[in-house]
Amino acid sequence: MLSLIVFLPIIAGLIILAVPSSQKQIIRIVSLLAALAQGVLSVLIWRGYNPALPGITAGPGGSPLGSFQFVERVPWINLDLAGFGPLNIEYFLGVDGISITMVILTALVSAIGVLSSWTIQKQVKGYFILYNLLASAMMGCFVALDFFLFYVFWEVMLLPMYFLIGIWGGPNREYAAIKFFLYTLFGSVFMLLVMIGLYFSVTDPVTGNHTFSLVAMATQSNFIKDSILGPDNVMWRYVSFIVLFIGFAIKVPMFPFHTWLPDAHVEAPTPISVILAGVLLKLGTYGMIRINFPIFPEVFHAGMYVIGIFGAINIIYGAMCALAQQDLKKMVAYSSISHMGYVLLGLSAGNSEGMVGALYQMFNHGTITAMLFLLVGVIYDRAHTRQIDKFGGLASHMPHYAAFVTVAWFASLGLPGLSGFISEALVFVGAFSSVTTRYIAMVSVLGIVFGAAYLLWSLQRMFLGQRKPDAAYDLVADEDGHEHIHFHDWRGKIDLDGRELAMLVPLLIITIVLGVYPMPVLGMLTSSINKLVEVLSPVVLSQL
Amino acid sequence: MFELPTGAEIQGIIASLKVSVGFFIPEIYLSLLFMFLIVVDLVAKGRKNSMLAISTLAGLAGSFFFIYQQQSLHAGEFFFGMYVLDEFALFFKYFFVLSGIFAVIITMADEQFDREVKSMGEYYALIVSMVIGMIMMASSADLMMIFLSMELVSFSAYILTGYFKRNARSSEAALKYLVYGAVSSGLMVYGFSLIYGLTGETNLIKTGAALAAQGNTHSLVLMLSSLLIIAGFGYKIGAVPFHFWSPDVYEGAPTPITAYLSVASKAAGVALLIRFFYIAIPHGTLEVSSQTGIDWVMMLLVLSVGSMIYGNVVALWQKNVKRMLAYSSIAHAGYLLLGIIVLGKFGTQATLFYLLSYFLMNFGAFYVVILIANKIGSENLDDYRGLGKKMPLAAAALTVFLVSLVGLPPTLGFIGKLMIFSALLAKGSLYLWLALIGIMTSVISLYYYMLIPLNMYLRESSQNDNKEMNPGIFAQALMAVLMFLTIYFGLFFTPLSHFSKYASAMFGITLN
Repeated sequence: MLSLIVFLPIIAGLIILAVPSSQKQIIRIVSLLAALAQGVLSVLIWRGYNPALPGITAGPGGSPLGSFQFVERVPWINLDLAGFGPLNIEYFLGVDGISITMVILTALVSAIGVLSSWTIQKQVKGYFILYNLLASAMMGCFVALDFFLFYVFWEVMLLPMYFLIGIWGGPNREYAAIKFFLYTLFGSVFMLLVMIGLYFSVTDPVTGNHTFSLVAMATQSNFIKDSILGPDNVMWRYVSFIVLFIGFAIKVPMFPFHTWLPDAHVEAPTPISVILAGVLLKLGTYGMIRINFPIFPEVFHAGMYVIGIFGAINIIYGAMCALAQQDLKKMVAYSSISHMGYVLLGLSAGNSEGMVGALYQMFNHGTITAMLFLLVGVIYDRAHTRQIDKFGGLASHMPHYAAFVTVAWFASLGLPGLSGFISEALVFVGAFSSVTTRYIAMVSVLGIVFGAAYLLWSLQRMFLGQRKPDAAYDLVADEDGHEHIHFHDWRGKIDLDGRELAMLVPLLIITIVLGVYPMPVLGMLTSSINKLVEVLSPVVLSQL
Repeated sequence: MFELPTGAEIQGIIASLKVSVGFFIPEIYLSLLFMFLIVVDLVAKGRKNSMLAISTLAGLAGSFFFIYQQQSLHAGEFFFGMYVLDEFALFFKYFFVLSGIFAVIITMADEQFDREVKSMGEYYALIVSMVIGMIMMASSADLMMIFLSMELVSFSAYILTGYFKRNARSSEAALKYLVYGAVSSGLMVYGFSLIYGLTGETNLIKTGAALAAQGNTHSLVLMLSSLLIIAGFGYKIGAVPFHFWSPDVYEGAPTPITAYLSVASKAAGVALLIRFFYIAIPHGTLEVSSQTGIDWVMMLLVLSVGSMIYGNVVALWQKNVKRMLAYSSIAHAGYLLLGIIVLGKFGTQATLFYLLSYFLMNFGAFYVVILIANKIGSENLDDYRGLGKKMPLAAAALTVFLVSLVGLPPTLGFIGKLMIFSALLAKGSLYLWLALIGIMTSVISLYYYMLIPLNMYLRESSQNDNKEMNPGIFAQALMAVLMFLTIYFGLFFTPLSHFSKYASAMFGITLN
């Protein structure tokens, strides 16, 4: 089941490879079908998922069964290393509460991304092959339970992303694409060293061999005592934690490693922005939760408040940068940085409320930001500009659009009744109840104020008032004296058309439903998060 | 006084030679092939070149049979300890014959030969003689034999580099290669003579034993001779600071020769380096370095770090793809040296594995560069613009090879780097800093390698003709196969790893 959901897009990509490049519609439909099938599979997995099983570490007897679900585990590579012994790499997939939310999010955002890619006209075949490769790799990252496999998926994402930004991006795309590539590669090569170090330090309790299994690594007793990352080697454990953390923080992106993100977003085409903000950024925090924290719990404990401080910086700095932006897309990009700060803050609290909030925020940010970027794309398609001050008074001419923007913007700033509120509230509850992060949380609340400021201000400037003299569109009066909006070289519908509604409506429904009734997601998370908190708790650590 | 051997002694020598010849069949076969090719060239004059090329291919492929037969023989020394046959040597026999085959295949694809030279006569014969020389380099167990085989390789390589006689760049390259080669062989022979002076032996095993017996009485001389010998080997593998010849030679030489030199000749240097230093100047068992603190491991360390940094950084500014790959090959020499520095079996296995991965991706990259040069007549980065549309398969294949050269999954190059870094980290935190340098420099390498896909895909060509250029069905198929193998072995690399482990056994001596 999990293999299928991971490799469906690649299969679609291979089919597309065989389709002549002139058959654009077939290519799009194949991709859409794969994405929809992924969606169906994710629903099946969701229905079949038993929320009582915790995941995170191995179940009774050291086996991942009974803890993880939908486990697929086959030996993949068996090497004999001279003078060292056998090297076992497994093809090892499985989900727990943390990954299943991300699997659902990925399937959802991938499908919406395909719809959003419908307007791509340039080299459609190449685009969808790369897109499908990217979709597979993302999904693979979230279900891989073998570090080697995870690393392969993680790195495979880079190249398609590079080309998707670099070929189909905006005017400054070369710079943005290589910057993205170099930044993320820089983060991940260190991960490679830590991965090798962990391999030499951890044995599988069942077979006794060295292993790349993340499940085995999450249990401290599986570490060899005097190995390079063994429990006594405090310095290297700290170094490894920091190095891994930076690798993931670049993806999040955490201040001061965030500078690639605004560039990448501004240049990327709309669907790629959606994927980037909706799924890729989550991989950073997912990596921390899956790999960083359970493997080095004592370092996490020592560094909680540092993570919290960086979270707070992200929240406030991101919001302040967003406030200063003239480009709507750049504003949304910085708002992403700000909102990922809440995730970091929630994680740093180290308690169930904060961590559940962080996970829930990851899911909600995925849906809300996807919506924001889609909405930015809608106006950019029409006006070919995203400068906020080129618009004004749009609300009366594009009422549907204005309505969606309003809801999305309010969800983003955390209005009660919409999903963003619940996750941010949980994050703050968690952060306040933890002694280490209490004061950090107090400062971070400022971020909400700034958030409200930039969102409301942009809403006011673009949608309320009158058309500005240098606006990106004209007003044309018809015979009855009604004024209509006219975009230069845009022949489609002025307000949202069917395809755009098809992308936005599901996201909107999810945002509202999860704002009122969050249990479908929270229910899946709780037992896994409780287990994670237990693994990370100082009581358990002191027993080691 | 020199005494004539008695009859019985002569009988003994002849008997021993007879036995030894039995272990020497692939080399004899290849020598016969070399002569046969010269005859073919005389007979087939005036006809198309392909006849010569095909007989070379068939001949080289035939040698696999004889090498395969040797696999069942016991490892051992013969020709009075001059020559050895072991798993390590067998590995390189396969490696060199295969690289000879690739060199011939990509030569056949290169249209520059049609313009530059009238006759391909000696060309293929010289490729074969280089194969023989390199096989002998990997199998030598004696200082004299090492020198002879290295010279055989070098002389063939000088001629091949300057094969475009009327092309000034090619001639310049050959001359530079010759001058540098002569100097470094001279230095190396001087180093050998010092070793001989210390021990009175030329056989590697006996040298090692004699040095071990001496302890650290002559450590300064030993250090000096190590340095001189490293100059000779370093020149062959193109490591900093003995690399000065390589960018010019790689750029000026016919592209198939560039590929051949950068893969096979480098591998021969690595083989020699491992065998010589592991056996003749064993590290760790004796404190050769106690007075100066410098031994050959330390020197190789400097070479390796220098190569990784210099090769990768200087490549950033290159505008010519061939020259860029030349600098990148300096950097890869650095990665290869990392595996040797680790010492022991795991390091050797990692090095050999890296050589296999480098073989595939580097030959692949040069092959595509040749195909592209056939069509656009240039190796300049700027002329690669828009190739993604014009030659879709070639551009995709080149991208895969370059990604593999960077060392990103799911390609073979990634596994090569993984093995090298694993070998480093298996020593604990001792070599962690080396692994860090290796990793940082591979991030740098991403930038210049990606300049090629950047031009091919992200930029449009200046002349707006997007008509596809077809390099031919055979070339398409070969590219696709190489591309597939690079990815396939990146995901399922068990056979290559077993092969390189098998080959890490030397002289039957277990390295630890």
